[in-house]
Amino acid sequence: MKRYTLKTGILEVVMVLVALLFAAPIYVLINTALKSGGVTTSLAPVTNPSLDNFVTAWINGGLGAALLNNVIITVISVVLIVVISASAAYPLTRITRRWSKLAFGFFMTGLLIPSLLALIPLYTTFRDLQLIGSVWGLILIYVGSQMPFSIFLYVQFLRTMPMDFEEAATIDGASPFRAFWQVVFPLLRPITGTVVILNTITVWNDFFTPLLYLSGSGTNTIPIAIYSFTGQYVNQWGVIFAALIIGVIPLLIFYFLLQRSIIKGFAGGLKG
Amino acid sequence: MTQSELAPLAQGAPDASGSAPPPKKTSLKTTHRKASGVKAPWWFALPALVVFTLIVVIPSLRGSFYAFTDWDGLSPNFEFIGFGNFSRVFQDSAAGESIANTAMYAIGITVVQNFVGLLLALGVNSAIRSRNWLRVLFFAPAIVTPLIVANLWQYILAPQGALNTALRAVRLDFLAQDWLGNANLALPAIISVVVWQFAGYSMVIFLAGLQSIPEEIYEAASLDGAGSYKTFINITRPLLAPAMTINLMLSLIGGLKLFDQVLIMTQGGPGSASESLSTIAYKDAFQFQLFGYSTALTLVLTIFVAVASITQFVLLRRGENK
Repeated sequence: MKRYTLKTGILEVVMVLVALLFAAPIYVLINTALKSGGVTTSLAPVTNPSLDNFVTAWINGGLGAALLNNVIITVISVVLIVVISASAAYPLTRITRRWSKLAFGFFMTGLLIPSLLALIPLYTTFRDLQLIGSVWGLILIYVGSQMPFSIFLYVQFLRTMPMDFEEAATIDGASPFRAFWQVVFPLLRPITGTVVILNTITVWNDFFTPLLYLSGSGTNTIPIAIYSFTGQYVNQWGVIFAALIIGVIPLLIFYFLLQRSIIKGFAGGLKG
Repeated sequence: MTQSELAPLAQGAPDASGSAPPPKKTSLKTTHRKASGVKAPWWFALPALVVFTLIVVIPSLRGSFYAFTDWDGLSPNFEFIGFGNFSRVFQDSAAGESIANTAMYAIGITVVQNFVGLLLALGVNSAIRSRNWLRVLFFAPAIVTPLIVANLWQYILAPQGALNTALRAVRLDFLAQDWLGNANLALPAIISVVVWQFAGYSMVIFLAGLQSIPEEIYEAASLDGAGSYKTFINITRPLLAPAMTINLMLSLIGGLKLFDQVLIMTQGGPGSASESLSTIAYKDAFQFQLFGYSTALTLVLTIFVAVASITQFVLLRRGENK
């Protein structure tokens, strides 16, 4: 272990100062949201904190309904993404014929395509099918567009996994379906964690897809609710910031509960 | 449209294996030998193939087709106009400016975010007592909705916002200005916001790289009398190369696709000073009914992103063979 020297002490002071500067916007966010009334330009700590702005934001921003939609969309999308991509990765890794390699390559082209290229033309199809404004339409989009990443992660993991357990299960008479879901899938747990974390954050935070596919429908997600809310309350920063805080709290709870796994998931497989 | 969307690319590292044990030669053999009794039914892949084809492949192909037409997105009729949209992309001054801006975003974000991220990683990889707290703090903005971060900074950078108030408080009034309303400052301001949000992300990837370097190498170097600068250049830098490649590509692709932050903070303005390819493609399709033209713009963006991604794979391959 490295020793704590004078140099380390100086570094510690510098890093803490950097952290304070880094965190200054967060102070501004909370401080401004707690002020009631018009004066918001002052940076001085709030003297009589009030939750008025939060009440206004919650009632007028429709944030409750938007939060519920975010939870529904994220949970259903992520469950479907895990089930569909894990089961697709299984034959793609275990079958060593040429078509399975081609199919894997086909999925991987999705990593090269920015979502914009598909999302704009898909809009006209969804409009014709009257899927605009539908939570299910959004879920379908997330499941389709997150397939390449998720399958890639599962395939990388499966390639390093020995087949002994599946073989044993098959010899014991398990059907391929049971061998996968009862034997293989539980062994994929570490990578399933990564898939869940990355997809949850991507889907929860997405702004562009609901901006196109929910616009004008009355159905909102948190980013869209905040987007239209900031349009109505121009320059009323106290109320806007209260809405931002309400919008960010679920994610922060998720982060602080799972920070170790989340940071690990984002750092990817680099850790040797 | 966020950087987190790209995160899994990070797993494309040569030594990437998720959280799995590092791949051994023997396990490779296991995979390629004939599976005795293991049956993985091909139809397990069917749902994924269907949904991916319907949601990504077919719309992308349709988009690539419309790029050669003058379709408005609504009427049943359109004409095939060859490369008309593309020659317009390169003649239209707004589109040209957005391409230049997109390049500025991608390069600016890549350089600054990785520089800051590397410094943060070196800082929290030391023996300082606050290192675990600082890691959690610096990474936190990376998981927050980019739209929320953009809204917060829109206020901070406003003419009567927190930054100018702070500058006036310390008698630096002459520096105070309309950061997002100034054609020269809007784009660098947006880059700074993206860097604030995602420097912690780069830090985390660099940190994983730093922690994979065995302590003994540093001990040997210090026994040989190498100073900290020499140690960094000759030991840390080359061993950090995989993390560097991943970070460069993540930020480059994220910068190329920048949308949320621009739309929220400046709507592309003032004029078109901060417009990105994604924001003008969005406006052309949904505000100006220039559907064909918009898909031509996204096709240009696709080519940029594809070139960046393929470069990454090539560089990673080369790194592997060394």
